[in-house]
Amino acid sequence: MVLNWFPLVEVFHKEITMLPLVIVLLASMIKDAIEDYRKYQYDKTINFTKTRVYDKEEHAYVEKCWKDVRVGDFVQLQCNEIVPADILLLYSSDQNGICHLETANLDGETNLKQRRVVTGFSSQDTVFEPEFFQNTIICEMPNNDLNKFKGDMEQPDHEQVGLNIENLLLRGCTIRNTEAAAGIVIYAGHETKAMLNNSGPRYKRSRIEQRMNRDIFLCVGLLFVMCLVGAVGHGIWTGKFWEHPPYDVPDWNGNFVAPVLAGFYMFLTMIILLQILIPISLYVSIELVKLGQVFLIHNDIDLYDEEADLPIQCRALTITEDLGQIQYIFSDKTGTLTENKMVFRRCTVDGLEFSHQENDRRLKTQKALDLDREDFTKLQHFTLPPMNLGRAATVKPSTMRPLRRCQSDRARTQGHTRSRSVGRRDSSQSQVAFSSPIEKDVTPDSRLLRQVREAALQTESFSPFIHMKTSTSFTDFFLALAICNSVLVSTATAPRQRVTIPPPIKPSGITLEKIHQIFQRLKLASLSQSFSSSQSSSQLGASFSAKNTEEPLAVLESCDNENDSSASSGGQELQDKGSTEIGTASLDEVFRSATNTSLPTDFCYEAESPDEAALVYAAQAYGFILVSRTPEQVTVQLPQGTLLTFDILYTLGFDSVRRRMSVVVRHPLTKEIVVYTKGADSIIMDLLDNSTKGNISSDKRLKRIKERTQKHLDYYAHDGLRTLCIAKKVLNEDDFQKWANFRREAEAAIENRDELLIETAQHLETKLTLLGATGIEDRLQDGVPDTIVSLREAGIKVWVLTGDKQETAVNIAYSCKLLNQRDTVFTINTENKETCESLLNLTLEEVKKNYEYDKPQRKLFGIIPTSFSAPEAPSPEFGLVIDGRTLDVIFQGGLEEKFLALARRCRSVLCCRSTPLQKSMVVKLVRRQLKAMTLSIGDGANDVSMIQAANVGIGISGQEGMQAVMASDFAISRFKHLKKLLLVHGHWCYARLAKMVIYFFYKNVCYVNLLFWYQFFCGFSGSTMIDYWQMIFFNLFFTSVPPLLFGALDRDVSAETLLRLPELYKNGQNSEIYNLSTFIITMLDAFYQSLVCFFVPYLMYKDSDIDVFSFGNPINTISLLTILLHQALEMKTWTVLQLVVMICSVAFYLIFSIIYNAACLLCSPPTNPYWIMERQLKDPIFYLLCLITPVIALLPRFFIFALRGTLGASLVLKAQQIEKLPKEQQDLEIQKLRSRKEATSGAPVASPASNDDLDQSSSHLCVSPFLPSAAALPPRDTENQGVSASNPLGRRTHDEGCYFFNRWAEEESAATDSSAGPSSGHQPLVASRETAPGQDGGKLTKDYLKNFHYGSHRRSVSSVTL
Amino acid sequence: MKNKTNVLPREGEAQPSRCPDNTAFKQQRLPAWKPQLTIASVLSSFFLTGAFCLTVGVCLVLSANSVREIQIDYSDKCSDCSKLRENSSNWNKECHCSVNFTLKENILGDVFMYYGLQNFYQNHRRYVISRSDAQLLGRNVNIQRSYCAPFSTYRNGTPMAPCGAIANSIFNDTINLFYNHNSSVIQVPLLKTGNSWWTDKNVKFRNPESYNLSSAFAGTARPPYWQKPVYLLDEEDERNNGYLNDDFIIWMRVSAFATFRNLYRRVRRVRHFTEGLPAGNYTFHISYNFPVTRFKGRKHVILSTVVWSGGSNPFLGIAYLVSGTAATLTGFVITGIHLKLRKKKTYFQRR
Repeated sequence: MVLNWFPLVEVFHKEITMLPLVIVLLASMIKDAIEDYRKYQYDKTINFTKTRVYDKEEHAYVEKCWKDVRVGDFVQLQCNEIVPADILLLYSSDQNGICHLETANLDGETNLKQRRVVTGFSSQDTVFEPEFFQNTIICEMPNNDLNKFKGDMEQPDHEQVGLNIENLLLRGCTIRNTEAAAGIVIYAGHETKAMLNNSGPRYKRSRIEQRMNRDIFLCVGLLFVMCLVGAVGHGIWTGKFWEHPPYDVPDWNGNFVAPVLAGFYMFLTMIILLQILIPISLYVSIELVKLGQVFLIHNDIDLYDEEADLPIQCRALTITEDLGQIQYIFSDKTGTLTENKMVFRRCTVDGLEFSHQENDRRLKTQKALDLDREDFTKLQHFTLPPMNLGRAATVKPSTMRPLRRCQSDRARTQGHTRSRSVGRRDSSQSQVAFSSPIEKDVTPDSRLLRQVREAALQTESFSPFIHMKTSTSFTDFFLALAICNSVLVSTATAPRQRVTIPPPIKPSGITLEKIHQIFQRLKLASLSQSFSSSQSSSQLGASFSAKNTEEPLAVLESCDNENDSSASSGGQELQDKGSTEIGTASLDEVFRSATNTSLPTDFCYEAESPDEAALVYAAQAYGFILVSRTPEQVTVQLPQGTLLTFDILYTLGFDSVRRRMSVVVRHPLTKEIVVYTKGADSIIMDLLDNSTKGNISSDKRLKRIKERTQKHLDYYAHDGLRTLCIAKKVLNEDDFQKWANFRREAEAAIENRDELLIETAQHLETKLTLLGATGIEDRLQDGVPDTIVSLREAGIKVWVLTGDKQETAVNIAYSCKLLNQRDTVFTINTENKETCESLLNLTLEEVKKNYEYDKPQRKLFGIIPTSFSAPEAPSPEFGLVIDGRTLDVIFQGGLEEKFLALARRCRSVLCCRSTPLQKSMVVKLVRRQLKAMTLSIGDGANDVSMIQAANVGIGISGQEGMQAVMASDFAISRFKHLKKLLLVHGHWCYARLAKMVIYFFYKNVCYVNLLFWYQFFCGFSGSTMIDYWQMIFFNLFFTSVPPLLFGALDRDVSAETLLRLPELYKNGQNSEIYNLSTFIITMLDAFYQSLVCFFVPYLMYKDSDIDVFSFGNPINTISLLTILLHQALEMKTWTVLQLVVMICSVAFYLIFSIIYNAACLLCSPPTNPYWIMERQLKDPIFYLLCLITPVIALLPRFFIFALRGTLGASLVLKAQQIEKLPKEQQDLEIQKLRSRKEATSGAPVASPASNDDLDQSSSHLCVSPFLPSAAALPPRDTENQGVSASNPLGRRTHDEGCYFFNRWAEEESAATDSSAGPSSGHQPLVASRETAPGQDGGKLTKDYLKNFHYGSHRRSVSSVTL
Repeated sequence: MKNKTNVLPREGEAQPSRCPDNTAFKQQRLPAWKPQLTIASVLSSFFLTGAFCLTVGVCLVLSANSVREIQIDYSDKCSDCSKLRENSSNWNKECHCSVNFTLKENILGDVFMYYGLQNFYQNHRRYVISRSDAQLLGRNVNIQRSYCAPFSTYRNGTPMAPCGAIANSIFNDTINLFYNHNSSVIQVPLLKTGNSWWTDKNVKFRNPESYNLSSAFAGTARPPYWQKPVYLLDEEDERNNGYLNDDFIIWMRVSAFATFRNLYRRVRRVRHFTEGLPAGNYTFHISYNFPVTRFKGRKHVILSTVVWSGGSNPFLGIAYLVSGTAATLTGFVITGIHLKLRKKKTYFQRR
């Protein structure tokens, strides 16, 4: 365009050439301006929000706008105010120097967080006086880490106080529950952490756009060639005159340029002339179309989650069509596949397992109810939307404060009360809960409840030592559950009012006294023996002993087959209950009279992670009710109603490195310092106290407890439960003081503080005593299996990357149909590079063999075992399970290619125990090496890196805050929405955009070529036969809207059919619509059409008295018709809109031409098309031309379409044809298509019989991944652990392992209806178990030994078919 | 514990449901017509197109065949003159030649006389733009700034009227037609006005306002190749003089191709010629002024009639015929394929 400013090469007026670009820019400018204006408005309201800033002159706080807040200002904040900047908290009206913050604006977490006044300021009782503030604050540079802040405050007396994030009020948070707070501004404006975190929607380039850019380069090449032809042609043409003819006009000075130079000038001229070939407007059009697509996706009612009142959020506007090309999905497990609604399912205390069957039963009914409810809501949704809305509207205001989240609509509108009565303890629990009743209500295991009560009521025993152990273990266990967390308590009546002080009795001291009083009274009542402080000195918890009923060892023994006994214990339990109740009745009464009257009856717990809440609720169910929590103290109500207040000395929060958290408390009764630790089982197990302390019996006992707990844990993991271990440790005062000093130093350190803190924490968390473990169920979200099956049918490979345990992950994978029962699953766990490599090679060969010898094998293995009888069954495919350590080895050892080679042949891959970094590395690996389109979906902060690494990141706006959503491109609320998002919207978006892009290329090439052909008839002089304005408007107005509409609205196949035939998705995966061949074909077609559009009129008007613009006019009209009709051929759906737009385009062209040709005498001098259109409209030839030319131009394309239509070549066409059929026939046809598909896909895969072969060939390393390892390798396992094989305990473990396994298998078979799968499943399992130890090769045995040494669930490799 | 019911609630604000509207547009359920290329629709479209094209094609060919046209190349027949014109210094000398021809049959109806030029690139870009429409509208414009350069002013500053290369290179042969009727020579009466577009004559071209033409063009000079100034183009008819001269207007409408014809005269249907041109011997008397040898061009004079479908060019008719045939043939091919496939399909289904 710049070229056009040189008079030598000028083709158009300067203004005219500018026009398209200007309009294109204008369009995007307007779009941006609207967005910016909205932002501006929003900014303005924020900037002019008032806050109270201290003014030195007036010596008071004055109101100022947010924008005037500067660093160093003193700001005073009131309750419910939003923090205007990052403020260092110097004063809080709270007497403890605490300020409560709601950080929903930052991370979406709606629980309150506590911030403290800087040490040294908290003591001030008076209102903070900025006048006297003379300290120097040194802090780090502004950064975007929301969870870290380092700083240092030097007081006038040169004493340094460390500052951390606990002292900082972050901008955007809301002050809650604190009357007033004041502080000094540390970061303001754009330096605040909130602003630095705000990166806005990212710009990603989609695959189509990448391809498009490549094609644009092709177009540039084409342009170059065309210009070259023009230049050379012009040079030759000019050179062949020996004398200048009258039509060869000299330049301005009357000189003629040399042919070569003229050719060069012509090259430049042609660039200007033919520049339309490069579709600049395409970019704007694509943006507009994507906006439309995003709008439609956003408004899809099927992607709306009623429960959360959230439609899908499209945060990235540029990659809609990538949704249609996904090849790999990387999914998080927790919260993505599962609900992340933690339900307390089982626990093991002291080596005893409590199955909580009532709870189980309750959950089942709940599930059924949920299903009912969903059906109901669906019904409601579709039939009575207004009623639903109305209801929602009336419900919401009826809650006392909208903010309170205790009230889930779900609980209100639906009949959960029914379910509640089914299995719920008749307690004082509130109807109002933060979480759904499922999570909240825990039906206690009757046996455990009994034991706990006993433990709590025990006084004296015949064998005091052991007895004491067991009983305190129970109380300790539940106390740990209640204490060791960061759960905040609020009451239902005032949800936001933090219960920090147990009303009305305030200080803990009084409570203690009370207890003593009570005991005095108890003594007097002579119901039982007095409270013996000496006895409980080494214990914790209020071990009030009332009665001793059972021999503890007997309990231990009997618990080995507790599952059998639990059923029978029902009756017994009643009796027991009766007896204990009678016994304790008066005691309970006493307690109640003392405390219950004053206690608020219901509590709401706000936890940072749902697991914690689940545990607290579980503790509550057993009577250990967390009543209040302050940073210093935590109060727990014991089953008897006693309130115990613990002083919290330290809280070592959870982090992903340590994978555990601890609290250090001082026991109120014993004054002992106790550390309660809760964490991942593998970690805790390693930290247990292994030292022998001489006392052999207790050692043995501990060991036995440990073994059993480990077994239970394995079993939990098989069951897909999340496991946590609870342990404790008693510190003596000196050790604690030593450690505390160490800790304080670490806290004060500025450099390496994090490392030091972790180090101190690790120092403390050693030599723990195991209390027990819990199993928490994370329920699968509904629709997950169905979604995964559909996605799989669509040819998408689903990988699950999770930080969970392998067993848990594998189980979830089976239950969500990620792995099939018939699949061959390879498991690779190793830490050794060589082993890893050889294993990879081995497995790869195995897989390859299966792929290569598919068909011959099928013939060879004529005998199909009955267990796999189903001939229609799809072949076994491969699953790969790999853990984080192995991934590390792979990444560090350069084994990526082998891993990928294996993984790409596997149907699904499971990466367990992987860190966020590994997740993102896996995603990047697949994306880079396989050049595949990847999609990551996750819900938590640990998925952020993975989400960002993938081509498309999807966040689930679920339980774990907003970080994943913030990082994502699309945010959905349920995993099942992915199905429609990909299969329907993805397909549509891809098909639409791909077709539109191709059409744009076609359009421009077709049109520009008209001009090019004319050059051959005008001496390559660069003249045009079409009026400039009409030419420019052609692309800009006449033919721009239909493709836009096409790109936004066309539906090649209906949504229903797309969902029913997921195979249609492959269309986009393989980039069938827009690839190089289609591009070239379209280009050729464009050339053909432009030839027709030019030469038909040319041959018609040849040798006549037609003038330039009268010749151009029909050509313009014809090409308009051709281009629009071409579009019409491509269009698969014609709605009124499209029809109207189509007609409008033609009409607009005609009207514009008529008006322009009539009104413009001197519009575009020196050439003007005055009255041409009018004249031609009177000419029959014009009409005849306009009729025949498009027909000739489009005949070949139509012919090919017609052939395809009759032949029904592609699946899309099939689907289109099916849609025409009536309903029943449609179903039939789809069935037929699918069965055919399966038959074809099933054919080339090996028959299941090959598994036997597989077992044979690789049996030396075949270990079932589903057998508890103890059972799989009994002798060696126990040997390695230093326990003799003859040990009865060891034998028992073995038996138990088998027992567990069998039970699990039974459950499995009961759960799944398929008769073939599971029952056939464990035959090979047993076989392999038998063969495994015997056939171990020498080298591999070593590996085994090495690996098994670490623990039971570290097998080097196992592959077996279930 | 986080509750998902309201993720970002604001205090005291009843949130309307964020549920998307369940409208046909937003849910993409607008009633739509989905055209399907079924065998019936395909075949019918092909056959209908074929039939239509064939019919129209036949009509067009017939009508194009009814056109009578005679074209006489006179660039060589007046070789003396063309040689004379090769030397531009002889521009002032007159040169006449005559060309005889015989009409074997009558040309009935309106007969149009064209002059044809070959290899004259009137569509050359710099040529096409070398004009000033404002000047031709009779406006007093500064043509220095127009696209006319270098044919805008003389060195002494006198502007050319009309300016530009197009006007400068006007076709300035004079052609007269004589009918040799029974050894007497009758000049065929020709109309020199009404040949141009009405809008050109009445809207696009205006003479400068003045009491007479010569004063209107005072202060301007003729273009360099012209033999007489613009106000003397037609001294007989005031309304055909100056910029309004029909020959000039027609020349100014630049042709689309290098080989073209421009309407020169129409036969006035009086006396002998009421029916058109009768068969017989005719002679063109040509005043040969326009040089074509410089660019290897040729000059023709053409007598032709016109029908509704244009001139003698039969292309459109042929195009219709060919595409009609093609469509019909394709239809048959598709039918064949379809029949074959259907047989196969039924075979499969039976199996």
